[in-house]
Amino acid sequence: MKVKLVAYGIAKDILDGKHLDFELSGESIADLKLQLFSAYPKLDELKSIRFAVNDTYVEEDLVVKENDEIILIPPVSGG
Amino acid sequence: MFDIKVLDSTLDSEFCRSFVTDAAAGGIVVFVGTVRNQTQGKKVLKLDFEAFDSMAVKEMTTIAEAISTKWNALHVAIHHRKGSLQISEIAVIIAVSTPHRAAAFEACQYAIDTLKETVPIWKKEFFEDGEVWVATHP
Repeated sequence: MKVKLVAYGIAKDILDGKHLDFELSGESIADLKLQLFSAYPKLDELKSIRFAVNDTYVEEDLVVKENDEIILIPPVSGG
Repeated sequence: MFDIKVLDSTLDSEFCRSFVTDAAAGGIVVFVGTVRNQTQGKKVLKLDFEAFDSMAVKEMTTIAEAISTKWNALHVAIHHRKGSLQISEIAVIIAVSTPHRAAAFEACQYAIDTLKETVPIWKKEFFEDGEVWVATHP
């Protein structure tokens, strides 16, 4: 299924753009993470990568739906 | 009351102090985070903050709610800057008023520590020989 990825910070640099339509083979955030790590190995080198849907951090067992907008959140560094 | 904002213009600590002022308050603590001129001995020229605004406001509101519950805060203001900042400019302001001073110090400390872990804002430091997103790798 197709999902819409939105990347910030260093994740945006690694994906080479803030917005990306992505063809997800599985159905969960965990599946997405594995697929992203395979397509963009530099993501796997980060200290962490979290995901958010509807302005909320989500767990990796979350099942996503077609056209969901999923935010990639690399290690935060505000303050 | 809360005043939670991500702003792309100069932050105003007096505004935040004034916002949290309350007749029932015995103390106000205002934390002002500023841009330091070096990182591990390396000269920093400037830095950029990128924010996921809507979620950043939501996460900072969660922090303000936690403070209100745990430390009986009367008012909380959290303003975070985004965009390009020069050395010594204000990156973040956290103002908390509580009936007694000890709680205000603790609440403010909790707020900045938690903000650095949960709020989706990213800092990029610019050096003479390049630029780097801060704290991204182990």
